[in-house]
Amino acid sequence: MTAGAVSGSAAPVVELRGITKRFGDLVANDRVDFDVGRGEVHALLGENGAGKTTLMRIVYGLTHPDAGQILVGGRPVAIRSPKDAIAAGIGMVTQHFSLVRPMTVAENVVLGRTGGIRLEMAAAAARVAEASERLGIRVDPGAVVAELSVGEQQRVEILKALARDCRVLILDEPTAVLVPQEVEALFATLRRLLDEGLSVVFISHKLGEVRAISDRVSVLRRGVMVGTVEGSTDERELARMMVGRPMLGIRRTERAGAGPPSTPALSVRDLGAAGVHGLPALVDLSFDVQPGEILGVAGVSGNGQTELVGVLSGMRHPSGGSIVVDGVELAGASPRRLMAAGIGRIPEDRHASLIPDLSVAYNLAIERLDDFRRGGLLDEPAIREHAEQLIARFAIRARPDDRVATLSGGNIQKVLLARVLSRDPRVLVVAQPTRGLDVGATEYVRSELLARRAAGTAVLLVSEDLDELLALADRLIVLYEGRIVGEMRAGDADPEQLGMLMAGRGRAA
Amino acid sequence: MALFRPASWTGPRRSILSPWSSPALVVLAVLITFVLTAGPILLAGANPIAAYVEFLVVPVTSGFTAIEVLVSATPILFTGAAVAIAFRAGYWNIGAEGQLLLGAIAGAGVGILVGGLPAIVALPAMVAAGALAGAAWALVPALLRVRFGIDEVVTTLLLNPVALLVVNGLLHGPWRDPVTGFPESPRIAAAAEFPALLPGSRLHLGFLIAMAVVAAAWFVLARTPAGLRLRAVGLSPHGARFAGIDVSGTLLRAALVSGAVAGIAGVSEVAGIQYRLTGGLSPGYGYTGIVVATLGALSMPGVALAALFLGDLTVGASSAARALGIPSQLGAVTQGVLLLTTVGLLALRRNRLTRGIEIGGETVAGDVAAGGLPSAATAISEEGEVEQE
Amino acid sequence: MTFTFVFDLLAATLRNATPLVYGTVGETYSERSGVLNLGIEGTMYAGAFAGFAVAFTTGSPLLGLLAALVVGVLAGAVMGLLTVTLGANQHVSGIGLTIGLIGISEFANRLLFQGGELRRIEPMPLLEPLAFLGAPGEIFHQYGLTYIAFLVVVPLAWWVLQRSSFGLEIRAVGDNPEAADAAGINVGRTRYLALMIGGALMGIGGAFFTLAVLGSFTLDIIAGRGWVCVALVIFGRWRIGRGVLGALLFSLLFSLQFRLRILPGFGELPFEVLLALPYLVVILALALSGRNVAYPGAYLKPYRRS
Repeated sequence: MTAGAVSGSAAPVVELRGITKRFGDLVANDRVDFDVGRGEVHALLGENGAGKTTLMRIVYGLTHPDAGQILVGGRPVAIRSPKDAIAAGIGMVTQHFSLVRPMTVAENVVLGRTGGIRLEMAAAAARVAEASERLGIRVDPGAVVAELSVGEQQRVEILKALARDCRVLILDEPTAVLVPQEVEALFATLRRLLDEGLSVVFISHKLGEVRAISDRVSVLRRGVMVGTVEGSTDERELARMMVGRPMLGIRRTERAGAGPPSTPALSVRDLGAAGVHGLPALVDLSFDVQPGEILGVAGVSGNGQTELVGVLSGMRHPSGGSIVVDGVELAGASPRRLMAAGIGRIPEDRHASLIPDLSVAYNLAIERLDDFRRGGLLDEPAIREHAEQLIARFAIRARPDDRVATLSGGNIQKVLLARVLSRDPRVLVVAQPTRGLDVGATEYVRSELLARRAAGTAVLLVSEDLDELLALADRLIVLYEGRIVGEMRAGDADPEQLGMLMAGRGRAA
Repeated sequence: MALFRPASWTGPRRSILSPWSSPALVVLAVLITFVLTAGPILLAGANPIAAYVEFLVVPVTSGFTAIEVLVSATPILFTGAAVAIAFRAGYWNIGAEGQLLLGAIAGAGVGILVGGLPAIVALPAMVAAGALAGAAWALVPALLRVRFGIDEVVTTLLLNPVALLVVNGLLHGPWRDPVTGFPESPRIAAAAEFPALLPGSRLHLGFLIAMAVVAAAWFVLARTPAGLRLRAVGLSPHGARFAGIDVSGTLLRAALVSGAVAGIAGVSEVAGIQYRLTGGLSPGYGYTGIVVATLGALSMPGVALAALFLGDLTVGASSAARALGIPSQLGAVTQGVLLLTTVGLLALRRNRLTRGIEIGGETVAGDVAAGGLPSAATAISEEGEVEQE
Repeated sequence: MTFTFVFDLLAATLRNATPLVYGTVGETYSERSGVLNLGIEGTMYAGAFAGFAVAFTTGSPLLGLLAALVVGVLAGAVMGLLTVTLGANQHVSGIGLTIGLIGISEFANRLLFQGGELRRIEPMPLLEPLAFLGAPGEIFHQYGLTYIAFLVVVPLAWWVLQRSSFGLEIRAVGDNPEAADAAGINVGRTRYLALMIGGALMGIGGAFFTLAVLGSFTLDIIAGRGWVCVALVIFGRWRIGRGVLGALLFSLLFSLQFRLRILPGFGELPFEVLLALPYLVVILALALSGRNVAYPGAYLKPYRRS
């Protein structure tokens, strides 16, 4: 690693030593060291799944580490719950706010800290107003939280943490839900608080913001601390540290008919969709996928991928635009119609896409029960035979009668794959197809996707794994905040440039 | 093996269970119930063991009482099946009681009107009218659920007392027996009376219909595409919708069929036992249906067994009252305690298995295992989407 | 219509509303903490019976009242055990509780009083503090429990829920238990307390019939009034004030039809229509508000820390 270690200017307020956390086979944090000094902003940068949130949940007592030590003010402390963390002067604003929505701002701030029987609401409101004034966090103590904007709700969360005398404030992707003006306001607030000696851990994957506010930046990649650098470090260097070098597993063959575009199999125009909080998650998205082509969708999660796949799966209504497969307009169509039109769907949440408590055989047949009926009854022998064939063809390690829930992740993915591919879809929409799978299953799934490409299927591959995209895709588009910010041939893609695009810096030429 | 697996009482992790644990759980619930009810029995000055023998064994030792067991089981076979059908789809129909009463009204109405017709016409007409009335009573809560995502528990429940008021309104008003002046409807036509299955016994055609309904429900659920779709919707509304199943339509149909079956229960009581509409027609058969369905693990064979078991208990409770001086209300106590221990054990088992399963720092157990019920409609509306089809 | 009629009607309204007020406030507490307690019908029934049984045996109506309260607290605790500790399905638990409590009350009634002739106690007296007002004073001719309901229970319950730390905690665990937990509130304990307080009120509401109005216990004494309370809680959108208003409205209609029935011309209107009104109004209100019904955030959802 090229980045040299940079130490904080002052003695660390909170220090982590050798934090390790495993979830099954996945090592979310691998002997991670981290510290934050007084009056400092220390950014934690990394792609999704790099282990940033897990690390900070450990600090806040929401997750328990397998190994390692947490020191506060130089002394080791045991943090078992948020209560311990609060007592140690640590506050955290999580991505999903923990506010009681029908209550007022003041009620939320004093919640859990009220002594005595009588709720001194007027006094509490006055205190909140005073704190809000002093800290420059403008909120009306009497306002009901549910009626506040997301940015205001975030201010309430920060106020709540500060009201508990926190000295270290952890902000988990605080800007993800904010519009640019609100980001400016947040930064202004943070700068004022820093002057008063507050320390901030700023979790993000957006390079510009990280550079704008941080004194130091630490980069996590796949659970490992890559290095700690000055906040002024060049964006290209940060992007390189964050994304790393691609490690090609499968060799991609150039597309046979990669000549001039034929008629696209899937054509998306001006597609829009609303996300959480009703904010637009997709904005005027337009792209085509040719038969026999894999179009990769790159981007850090939360930039519209979920909504895109949801709309193309028939599970989410678009707010506008069109989706055309073979001349058939499908925007807003039901799952049934989409399937009939030839779209095969493999979303990232495999469990929710199957009926885990039904058998493998039923799950393989459930999309097309009309094909398995004999005189009004389920044709059990046919369902079973169908299952046995697919189990053999896709090397699923299960019996037809096994319930899907009892299968391993790789085999569950194969069940879904088998269900979709057995219908010979013209268009395949796939999201995070190998996330959480072991090496063997990963290779298998990727080879199946390439086989579909060779057979002329148009594949839309959404993945946060850049290696996977570079290995499989013919063409890439990059999503950032619901828009396409870059498009390139995969052969020409440069990981550094991709990292910049994914982090919202610049557009592709 | 049909397990007790309504959608939201279980998470995917439940599947670690071996299939036999459900019957084992029911047996355990019965045992705990007996321990808990020993107190009241002792207070009544009886020996609990002798009481249980009287409850469970004595009824099946004589032909007369054994037939009475079947008579007692008849209405709760219907309501148990009705509740189980709805619960299997993930639709919480607590309104079987009201649907039964509406069925009874319709059955009695037709039964009174069909005076001159032969039984072959009268009987099907009554059953059909009862089924329609029960389904109609189930319609509004079902529509509110699938259209607006309004929780059906409270709406179906609240229609129960309304149905009772309709019955009382009729009996104190237009249907008051003109001869006696009692708040009872006129007697139904002779052709509309369910024939006795055994001469001289109270066992009537309703029992056969009930068994046929349970068998048909079993057949549809286990063997037909519609049944598989219903089970899929109950097990995972999201997964079912993803697979192209019309979730709203399935819920609606399940609710209406459930109401229809409960409605036939009312016809059966009118035409087989009372021969008229009375205010005391149902001592809570609709609620007992919830006990039967839960105890029967929502499977139709389970419902049949549970209904026979509770029928046995009911007859046993009255014989225990005569023989041992234990008030027969102990039957109701046992039902309630049995229901509570069964749901308690189910929850205990589920939570032991789901606690603390983490994936990538997010607990997946938390939301799915929430023993409560983010119902299908709620889950869908939370995604901010509109139902389709 | 004479003024006497009006005063008499208002007095009856307050009297008939009393058990509904206890039940509705009790159910509101349960639901605001996130638990739909369908055990209410059984809890009121058991309260009615226990109150009578103890008052009859000891000769003290006050001890009877205390017994009803204790039985309600216990019923709430059982509901807590099932839905909070075990995380069992709330509505099936509630139905089971109702079946069990009605069963055990009737069982005990049979055991203690053997059926036979009707046992009676001296009903609690009506208070007449404003008799000097003449006819309008009739409105204040009420049972002590009615005074307590309107002058103590309702304001106190409102104040605790809206203005006390404990009330804040109840509302927080009922709407966002995760946030409450993160703020250091014991979610389980708070829900248990809410259920037990709610149960106590339901028990007293049931005892009102046996101890004050009738002075005796009869089967089916609650006759679905627990379900009326469930309806009123929703009608009042989980607010105590609006729930109580609903109870008064319902009782006014109830009392009115009772009085109109004896008048010529009104006899034709089946009084069941009026009795069915609260249920139908609630269902209609739910239908009209469509997707906008603001259920408490954690309604029907057990909480388990991840």
